[in-house]
Amino acid sequence: MLAVLLMACMAGYLTLGARGNWDFVLPFRGNKLVALVIVAVAISTATVLFQTITHNRILTPAIMGFDALYVLILTVQIYALGAQEYVRLSQSGQFIANVVLMLIAALALFGTLLSKTRNDLMRMVLTGIIIAVLLRAVTGFLQRVIDPSEYAVVQVASFARFARIEVELLAVAAVMTCSALAVTWRMRHRLDVLALGETAAINLGETPKRSMFQILVVIAVLVSVSTALVGPMGFLGLLVVSLAHLVTPTASHATLLLSAALISALTLVGGQFVLERVLGMSTPLIVVIDVIGGVVFLILLLKRKYR
Amino acid sequence: MIEISGVSYRIGGARILDGINLTLPKGGISALIGPNGAGKSTLLSLIARLMPHQTGTITVDNLVVGACPNNTFARKLAILPQASDAAPLLSVRELVGFGRYPYHKGRPSAEDHAKVERALATFGLTDLAARRLDTLSGGQRQRAQVAMTYAQDTDYILLDEPLNNLDIAASRSLMRVLRDLAASQGRTIVIVLHDINYAAAYADLIVAMKGGRIVATGTPDDIVTEAVVREVFETDPKIHRIDGKVIIEV
Repeated sequence: MLAVLLMACMAGYLTLGARGNWDFVLPFRGNKLVALVIVAVAISTATVLFQTITHNRILTPAIMGFDALYVLILTVQIYALGAQEYVRLSQSGQFIANVVLMLIAALALFGTLLSKTRNDLMRMVLTGIIIAVLLRAVTGFLQRVIDPSEYAVVQVASFARFARIEVELLAVAAVMTCSALAVTWRMRHRLDVLALGETAAINLGETPKRSMFQILVVIAVLVSVSTALVGPMGFLGLLVVSLAHLVTPTASHATLLLSAALISALTLVGGQFVLERVLGMSTPLIVVIDVIGGVVFLILLLKRKYR
Repeated sequence: MIEISGVSYRIGGARILDGINLTLPKGGISALIGPNGAGKSTLLSLIARLMPHQTGTITVDNLVVGACPNNTFARKLAILPQASDAAPLLSVRELVGFGRYPYHKGRPSAEDHAKVERALATFGLTDLAARRLDTLSGGQRQRAQVAMTYAQDTDYILLDEPLNNLDIAASRSLMRVLRDLAASQGRTIVIVLHDINYAAAYADLIVAMKGGRIVATGTPDDIVTEAVVREVFETDPKIHRIDGKVIIEV
């Protein structure tokens, strides 16, 4: 049913309200649509994975500052190289370099954080949120220090925007997302076991520590892709995965990953469709998502439904 | 046979286990008893490689704990940890099904399904099989956990205070199932028990621990004496022998 709804939204997005040459409109919108779907699936999958290794329902990579880390890496690069140099680099090469840096930084930062605070959810939430704030503050500081023209380059790269999507990156992003998704899908049974808790997982012959690092790598790739394509996505992950838990209350990751991906794609494509075509693009979609997602976050915290 | 030699364990500055040397025979029920904080659960967790060990070695048959592949070990030895909070969304059948994971890795065969059904029947859970864990009582959930451990079908089964939350009927039936497993299938069961009466009635071997050391090892007749109980638990109950059974005053 979700799939049908998504198809309808996609078709609507592609065709409705188009004026002018179809040869231009379809590829133009098609690219954007592909990018939206990639971002949607990347974020929902990263969030499901993250919630599985941290054994809770309120933390998402975005809340813990994964995308803030990506923006910081970007800013540091522009600061160190200068915008001229940075813009001259090829888009895809630059993107792959960013992803590699992101992997290293995420493993160092979140790997240690998660090994230390896994058993203490509240401490992990607090540390994570503070890390996210810290990363954003450092980014903000660097952005103030650099040249205004360089700042413009950072700004372009670091705000959530669906109207202008980096189409050049699409091919690289698609390949990386698909491989990350393939790895995740192969892990789905292992994820079910890891979700049982650390002792149960060891008892059943899994290696939770090693798996955690593998999963962190996948998350870092997925977050990098989505951030590079459209910028930080705030509460989208939390919102769609909470919805997925409501729609399909199950412990099976095969089902959960699918339903979260469908809901996520539906939210982005449908939301963008409604905003762009029906409401005439008065508000950026991310604002709407963050308002709803923020409320969901508070409700989850207050209802203590975080496991 | 489980051989433990020179095992010590510290958490921070506190010495939890202090130079444990112990051989648990293959087959039969071995019970670990001792006061709170004696190190029983820590020892069990170390045998089951739930915690990385610090000094000493532990071998289970020919497998060295910590050095052999995790999945091989998962088919040799299963543990029921104390107070495990499993995902509440699972049904009883799904939870017990996870016991077969070391064999099928997510793709259960007909044989795996049959073993799950047998485990459910053994622990009287067939009627509850479709219920979700969060709708069960603590005792029923505990039984489901034990059934999952049983479904893992290992030579060695380690249980950390499995009688917690269980009423007397469930406790007795669990202990009988365990004794039957040990007797008819040659499984080796190592169990941490709080109630010495259960240890005296069902165990073949009792290991008494105190302050991270092993105080005494022997058959129930040797261990459950007023002298040993006084030394281990620092209390002096009367011990009666009725019809050849040892019963400790509470």
